[in-house]
Amino acid sequence: MSVVFDILASAGLWAAILRIATPLIFGTLGALLCERAGVLNLGIEGIMTFGAMIGWLAVFHGADLWTGVLVAAISGALFGVLHSLLTVTLGLSQHVSGLGVTLFASSFSYYVFRLVVPVAGTPPTVMPFQPIDIPALSSLPFIGPAFFTQTAPTYLAIVVALIMAYIIFHTPVGLAIRMTGENPHAAEAQGVNPMKVRYGTVIVGSALMAVGGAFLTLSAFNSFFPTMVQGRGWICIALVVFASWRPGRALFGALLFAFFDAFQLRLQTVVEGVPYQIFLMTPYILSIFALALMARRARVPQALMQPYRRGER
Amino acid sequence: MRLERREHRPLLLLIGAPIAAIVAALALSGILIAIAGAPVLDAYRRILVGAFGSRLSATETLTRATPLILTGLAAAVAFRARLWNIGAEGQFYLGAIAVAAFGSRLLAELPGPILIPLLLVVGAIAGMALILVPLWLRLRFSVDEVVSSLLMNFIAVLFVSMLIDGVLKDPLAFGWPQSQAVADHATLPKLIARSRLHIGLVIAMVLAVLVYLVQSRTVFGMQSRAAGLNPQGALFAGVPLGRTLVKVACLSGGLAGLAGAIEVMGVKGYVTTDLSPGFGYAGIVVAMLANLNPIGVVFAALFTAIMFVGADGMSRSLGIPTYIADVTVALALLTMLVALFFTQYRIRR
Repeated sequence: MSVVFDILASAGLWAAILRIATPLIFGTLGALLCERAGVLNLGIEGIMTFGAMIGWLAVFHGADLWTGVLVAAISGALFGVLHSLLTVTLGLSQHVSGLGVTLFASSFSYYVFRLVVPVAGTPPTVMPFQPIDIPALSSLPFIGPAFFTQTAPTYLAIVVALIMAYIIFHTPVGLAIRMTGENPHAAEAQGVNPMKVRYGTVIVGSALMAVGGAFLTLSAFNSFFPTMVQGRGWICIALVVFASWRPGRALFGALLFAFFDAFQLRLQTVVEGVPYQIFLMTPYILSIFALALMARRARVPQALMQPYRRGER
Repeated sequence: MRLERREHRPLLLLIGAPIAAIVAALALSGILIAIAGAPVLDAYRRILVGAFGSRLSATETLTRATPLILTGLAAAVAFRARLWNIGAEGQFYLGAIAVAAFGSRLLAELPGPILIPLLLVVGAIAGMALILVPLWLRLRFSVDEVVSSLLMNFIAVLFVSMLIDGVLKDPLAFGWPQSQAVADHATLPKLIARSRLHIGLVIAMVLAVLVYLVQSRTVFGMQSRAAGLNPQGALFAGVPLGRTLVKVACLSGGLAGLAGAIEVMGVKGYVTTDLSPGFGYAGIVVAMLANLNPIGVVFAALFTAIMFVGADGMSRSLGIPTYIADVTVALALLTMLVALFFTQYRIRR
């Protein structure tokens, strides 16, 4: 047991939680926004991969870090347009379109990456975001290194979660989004254009997913390599269900998930005799467990995965 | 402008649409090849030569198509019943590792003619076992099987990695994580001497025909389609929904597990964690390209195999990343979705 307490008492663990949670917060919020308007976006895994690649590539070619993040967001928005064309305009199966977007976006990222960076011994690196030194707070004992040595995108992720919670529940735009996700016909009767709402949320949501990907290459690591997203997108989709489609709970869910992940990473180094693969499995097992726990309890947006065609039921 | 459902669908359109989709996908990835600074038509010519130019490359293409037919069928039967089994990759690996375990030790004493069919069944059962987890979660807890079956892929590959680094590790592999090889008499007979092409291709094609017959001629086929088209209606018409889904899942997982078993017994002989270059995910594309038609799956798998094997050769000579094959295949999926949509709808002003 003392091993567990040692891990919990290390500031490194708590710092790692925020770091691990950041891409998940962006991704989960992005997926949540799309689903609130009734569109399941399984393009997330590929969009995160592309965001990670293109953001890194921009910085590698001399852009500054925030421009890299912006480039990633724009690329995500473009994939959002593609997903909207397929699922909103044409009303195709959201499952299949999303998987198609993921397969296309991830193979496209690998193609572009290999084109620019031929196979090399060590992958080229960029100078990533540095931790922000917050006066007074960062120098507190334990609290400082644990919570106030993050990079700027981490704080941005938390702010975005709060803003999204406010928009969805306290603004007319949020009401339009929720109406579209619950009953697009009723929304239309109230003068809301469900098509526009869905396009908007999918585009913004996809941009957020890509920013989550860019965090991986511009803050958590400093280089890109294929398969680096490693199912984080799918975990985000599971976290949306766990969060019951609420941004505040999404933030909590991502942090809780990151806690377990950071904890198992540290446990790996002290527990002997257990194959490391068992530890690596835990994030995926936890996600499935979270789904099973919440799937029945969560209030699903009623029009999720239903295409909307004017005058057609 | 608005979309309107077509009242009749001209035959020309039904034949032309898939062809147009493939051409569009090739044109789009042609742009990417041009951006990379290579001559587009020459690149495609090299892909064809790389896939069919010699006896060796042609047999290689067919060898590559074999697991794709099976994972394509796995996706096609599941999707037809709207069971979103995205876990074929994990089921493939579980089938493979089961064969490696039973074929190298537990059953290796049996004579070949008994051992080979037995191992194929073992692989299929391993695949089935894995898909039952997401299915159970769906039926018991209403968990969307897309995400759960996807997550199972990561768990399955890690599980295989653990086994080939542990109990099933080949002690003669210089410390490399690799499973013990299946016994020599458990390998599938070759179709053509001095090539890698094995009898698995015939098995896969026979299964495609069988799946087609089951889907079009049996009550189960009708029930699985009904479960997909309208679950409430099917239930009302007396279709045992849960039981039908279990059967569909077993068929789908079994086919994916069989793909892994056949790949081990026919090509590799042992299991590593790079046994599959994404056969499970490519199977989804294959199924969609074939519009979920089991016979179409054979052709779609061939197209996909041509792209992958051909791109290898093209990549070496022109310096285009091999990922162009993945891009083309993914684009073909998207263009096919759109093309099939326009066989059902048209644009009206």
